[in-house]
Amino acid sequence: MPRRDDIHTICLIGAGPIVIGQACEFDYAGSQALKVLRAEGYRTVVVNSNPATIMTDPGFADRTYLEPLDADGVTGVIETERPDALLPTLGGQTALNLARELAESGVLAANGVELIGASLEAIVRAEDRSRFREVMKGAGLRVPESVIVTSAGGLPESLSFPVILRPAFTLGGHGGGIASNEVELYGLLARGLAESPVGQVLVEESLIGWDEFELEVIRDRRDNVVVVCSIENLDPMGVHTGDSVTVAPQMTLSDEAYQELRDAAAQVIRAVGVETGGSNVQFARSRETGELRVIEMNPRVSRSSALASKATGYPIAKVAAKLAVGYTLDEIPNDLTQTTPASFEPTLDYVVAKFPRFAFEKFPGADETLGTQMKSVGEAMGIGRTFTEALLKAMRSRELDSVAATPWRTLDDLPRGVHPWFAGQVRDARRALADVDALGALDAEGWLELKRLGWSDAAIGERCGVNEATARSLRHAAGVRPAFRRVDSCAAEVEAHSNYLYSTWGEADEVDAGTRPCVVILGSGPNRIGQGIEFDYCCVQAAWTFGGLGFETVMVNCNPETVSTDYDTSDRLYFEPLGTEEVLEICERERPVGAVIQFGGQTPLKLSSSLQQAGIPILGTPFEAVDLAEDRERFAALCDDVGVSVPPWGIAEGAAEAVAVAESVGYPVLVRPSYVLGGRNMRVCYDAEAVAAATPPRGRVLVDRFLEGAIEIDVDALSDGTYTYVAAVMQHVEEAGVHSGDSSCVLPPTSLSSSEIEDVRAVVRALARALGVVGLVNVQLALCGDALSVIEANPRASRTVPFASKAIGVNLVEAACKLAAGASLDSLGLPPEDDLLSQVSVKAAVFPFKRFPGADPVLGPEMRSTGEVMASAPDFATAFAKAERAAGRRLPESGTAFLSVRDADKPMACELGRRLAQVGFRLRATSRTAYALAADGIPVEVVRKVTEAGSGPTVVDLVRRGRCDLVINTPAGSGARSDGYRIREAALTARIPCVTTISGALACVEAIERAQDDVVASLQDRLEWRSA
Amino acid sequence: MSGRSASGYVLLEDGTRLPGRTVGIRASAFGEAVFTTAMSGYQEIVTDPSFAEQLIAFTAPMIGNYGASIERNESDRPAARAVIMRRAGGTEWKRWLVREGIVALEDVDTRALVLHLREHGAMRAAVVADGIDTATTLERIEAQPSMSGRGLVAGVSTKRRYRLGAGSTRVALIDYGCKRSIVRRLLARGAAITVHPHDASAEAVLGERPDAILLSNGPGDPAALASETAVVRKLIGRVPLLGICLGHQLLARAAGFATYKLPYGHRGANHPVRDERSGRVLVTCQNHGFAVEGDGPHVTHVSLYDGTVEGLALTDEQACSVQFHPEAGPGPHDGWPIIERWLDGVAASRPAGVTALAS
Repeated sequence: MPRRDDIHTICLIGAGPIVIGQACEFDYAGSQALKVLRAEGYRTVVVNSNPATIMTDPGFADRTYLEPLDADGVTGVIETERPDALLPTLGGQTALNLARELAESGVLAANGVELIGASLEAIVRAEDRSRFREVMKGAGLRVPESVIVTSAGGLPESLSFPVILRPAFTLGGHGGGIASNEVELYGLLARGLAESPVGQVLVEESLIGWDEFELEVIRDRRDNVVVVCSIENLDPMGVHTGDSVTVAPQMTLSDEAYQELRDAAAQVIRAVGVETGGSNVQFARSRETGELRVIEMNPRVSRSSALASKATGYPIAKVAAKLAVGYTLDEIPNDLTQTTPASFEPTLDYVVAKFPRFAFEKFPGADETLGTQMKSVGEAMGIGRTFTEALLKAMRSRELDSVAATPWRTLDDLPRGVHPWFAGQVRDARRALADVDALGALDAEGWLELKRLGWSDAAIGERCGVNEATARSLRHAAGVRPAFRRVDSCAAEVEAHSNYLYSTWGEADEVDAGTRPCVVILGSGPNRIGQGIEFDYCCVQAAWTFGGLGFETVMVNCNPETVSTDYDTSDRLYFEPLGTEEVLEICERERPVGAVIQFGGQTPLKLSSSLQQAGIPILGTPFEAVDLAEDRERFAALCDDVGVSVPPWGIAEGAAEAVAVAESVGYPVLVRPSYVLGGRNMRVCYDAEAVAAATPPRGRVLVDRFLEGAIEIDVDALSDGTYTYVAAVMQHVEEAGVHSGDSSCVLPPTSLSSSEIEDVRAVVRALARALGVVGLVNVQLALCGDALSVIEANPRASRTVPFASKAIGVNLVEAACKLAAGASLDSLGLPPEDDLLSQVSVKAAVFPFKRFPGADPVLGPEMRSTGEVMASAPDFATAFAKAERAAGRRLPESGTAFLSVRDADKPMACELGRRLAQVGFRLRATSRTAYALAADGIPVEVVRKVTEAGSGPTVVDLVRRGRCDLVINTPAGSGARSDGYRIREAALTARIPCVTTISGALACVEAIERAQDDVVASLQDRLEWRSA
Repeated sequence: MSGRSASGYVLLEDGTRLPGRTVGIRASAFGEAVFTTAMSGYQEIVTDPSFAEQLIAFTAPMIGNYGASIERNESDRPAARAVIMRRAGGTEWKRWLVREGIVALEDVDTRALVLHLREHGAMRAAVVADGIDTATTLERIEAQPSMSGRGLVAGVSTKRRYRLGAGSTRVALIDYGCKRSIVRRLLARGAAITVHPHDASAEAVLGERPDAILLSNGPGDPAALASETAVVRKLIGRVPLLGICLGHQLLARAAGFATYKLPYGHRGANHPVRDERSGRVLVTCQNHGFAVEGDGPHVTHVSLYDGTVEGLALTDEQACSVQFHPEAGPGPHDGWPIIERWLDGVAASRPAGVTALAS
């Protein structure tokens, strides 16, 4: 069937900020879909609040709206753009829920918008637990025995434990859990009911110990159904699939068992009535009896479909977009072969394994047990010709650091209940490594044996007591090198000019050498807190820019969610771990004119010295600058040389030394290990006792004077080695002490004078030149009174680059790549640094606290946010209010505000209280804060703390019952059982905005006082886009 | 390192040699080197009689993961001469290979082999697991007949007629190397089957007064089966007739179509086929090295990989056939309705079938 001509404009909803359960995969899906729809000649409109996405790059859609993904935001866009169709199946659960809301509220009908990809009925059938059960039973399929509960009283008399709780309509099974007894059941049920937007929780038969499989299914208008990929979970049922180690294709099912699953998956997609597009169907299967249960289905692309696309080379989102506009599967060519259609099922001649990446170390106190609620923040995939090769590649791709708390830390940590076949394969691999005594004894065949099982040079070296470099040179001496294979979707049956490659051992290499000079772009690996989609955005932009400059582009990355690992992005994609071994072998074979290391965050920087030693040229900022910026002593000396001040600091080993340094630099101090990413283990200390407690027994710590109350400033700048362009000066909304990744920030800065901004620029220019930056540099500064000092400089693209690019209308990555390729700054035609912007843009972070009950939801020096949103408006108050809304924290316009602040903040609390009272808020406060307010003549009611004796409800009761609309609580301490913690946790559970810093509270109050009704406007309209 | 198995190799007639290590019996096997892209169902494939005189390479890299089980056999004994794998993933499977007397290698660069066969076509080859040298092996390969022109059904067909099932629809099944999955599908849909040897005469088949006839799959070149084709010619139009794979090719030849050898065949469980009458796509199990030449109104199914004929209908003669394997085993069940609807149609029109016989 041909494409539909009755629709012209299609609106696509994105997934918003990165949260646990919704990550880069929806940028991958959305950008693929937009590409396809534009190529088909449709006018496209995209709504997404996440600036770090490729899909929101101007030029990707005809109209780009960085608006909050709520009913108001999308309704505004629909009313402005009047699209003919809304495609909600590529933006995760967020888009699907919004589409349902807009359809049910009549907004779509009123504006003449048709839902394509999935009908309202199909969405409801799949998402509403009771409807889904009915539909499955009608199709003759079994679902776990269960009951839907809307109140604690609705539980049946007899339940056989354990039972699983799944709240309806929540992300990644959020709010669910496994209960083994009644006490656990009631606790989880209360949380689940509160979490579910429709107040429904499914309490179901536990299938613990069953095997879990997922099938990715696609259906077209002619009812053709194909299964793109089967995925088997190594962790048994009960662990969320996002937290499970998974393998594709399935490994342990016989053909008859697999075909039973395939039949069931087809029945599910037909019964739910997904007319066009991809769905993910999850099954539990009893290993003993072969019994099958349908666990759930998602009538949309998902994290698993991104994984399936990368695992097979079958671009599910692209195909789904074409199906949504009317094509059938047999009319769509297989991207990789071009000669055969998409109406086939990919066959793999390799194995793929996926490992989740956790960040428990960021959330002390949180429960680390894996269950039905997803807790991982990222994932890595490995491809190999044997199961263990794929598994070990994915495992080492996680880039764990030594303190990481994680399941599956090593191969010794196989979870209980893992299928004996997997356990056997792992045992064989371990045995083969254990059999090696000395590297000298390994001949080529011995080496190959180990490499084919997936062991890295580092692991083999470690086994024999030598370092990775020595192991590698011995391997090279034995003549053992990797071979590169194509992912072609068809196991070589059909000719495919695929550029999607992976390494393996002892085989023929089938990849042609490039013809033009090439650059190797090193990606950022799995998402983790502190390193996420922003860097993937930068790597993708880098590939496009170098491609545009005439280079062949080579991408190396191992994160299956991303746009960078879309084979469309670069000339050659190496889906490989970002380890020294793999990257050097790739460079050895590609012989690039240079490697690009400044866009993938910290990951490529860690490889820079190995690259340097191997003689691989680094494009742009040289290794020396990276080294200089990271070496605290040399960096401080350099700052001194160029006349830039840094806060007083020192290095210490052990508590006694640390205290001595602290005394000499003066309290308060910031204590942290000398190598940190994302503020790991960083503590602000006010006395010797705290310093001693914050200092680990081994390893060096940095002790910096902490500039309390300072304004923090984040700068992204471009340099050609001589001249520097200070592209974006951003002011943090929260005061110093809150990690820059967690702080909201505003551009242009609202409280800096033009001379202060000029001082900032001068410092950045001096530093960039002294460091020898060629490309991007990020500098963080603090303004304390009128003293400006530098906190740190990173000679690479920073997390703020996508936000800054969109706020100022300059593609900073494109400019940086041109500089790295040798262009001078003045050849780029950049707008003047002091160009006045007509819009104020605010970036706000989103936090996963709800996933980690037990961890204190308070902002501090340790970064804990998973993603961010952007909002722009003509003034700060409006932009800030909109950013908070986009981050899911809509500020109240009236109601009750509760205040409880530490003593140092009491004067500011009075100002906050007065202003809130003026705009009509009723104030409540705990005793000491209330006294301060009352003493200032502000009307306030006292509420008792949990730990205070007395009668009547406590503050926690009030918050839990939704009797207040805004909580301002600055922490006096972060003890897990402190009053402050209980207040914050209650606010989190009750979904009440909770502000934990005074400067953040001031911004909120300003926004409440002065935010205007914002007009929805596209990025294209807001800003004339300037290309570097 | 200890425990390493003895080495072996695959040798193609053009001299291409790929090393591996032996996991089956210590012997050499000669035949046509082919590959299948099916990811599951290895035991079904190795025991499928259509693979007679062939050396099968699996593109799936881990073979043998879920062991072996007698219910998965598609015939009494393995038909394939040798099994070529990237990795044999389980001890039970390796034991089965040895017990069944199959030459088998693992650690072979199967993808290199597949790329070579795709570029140069399926060819004569050997899998050597007994230490015979390359030169000797090459001589012996060259002494082998090529697949073109080889009639192989006699080696895999039943020697004598037998009956199966007690359903109400009487189906005569001519066994050219029939897979058990075909029989299973027929029985599940209420057939009473009489299985005839490949060389049964038309009179012998019709003498059983069947309601319908099924021409089974089987190995080799259909062009070499002149007498079987002549029998089919006599059967066309007498009762409803369904051909599968080789049965399809024989029906086609009997009806005047030509067959030819495909460069490297279709073997896998993921091949898209379009039913030209409905526009629907079936994902099918395939295993054939030869194909029917033809176009026009008789062609009901077409391969979406290379446009080759995948199904025929001779409507006036109540005969139809498919090149792929609707019975699956292994592979998707998309084709099951073809057998089911055919049998249901036969059952519904049985009185008419009886009259046709009487004429």
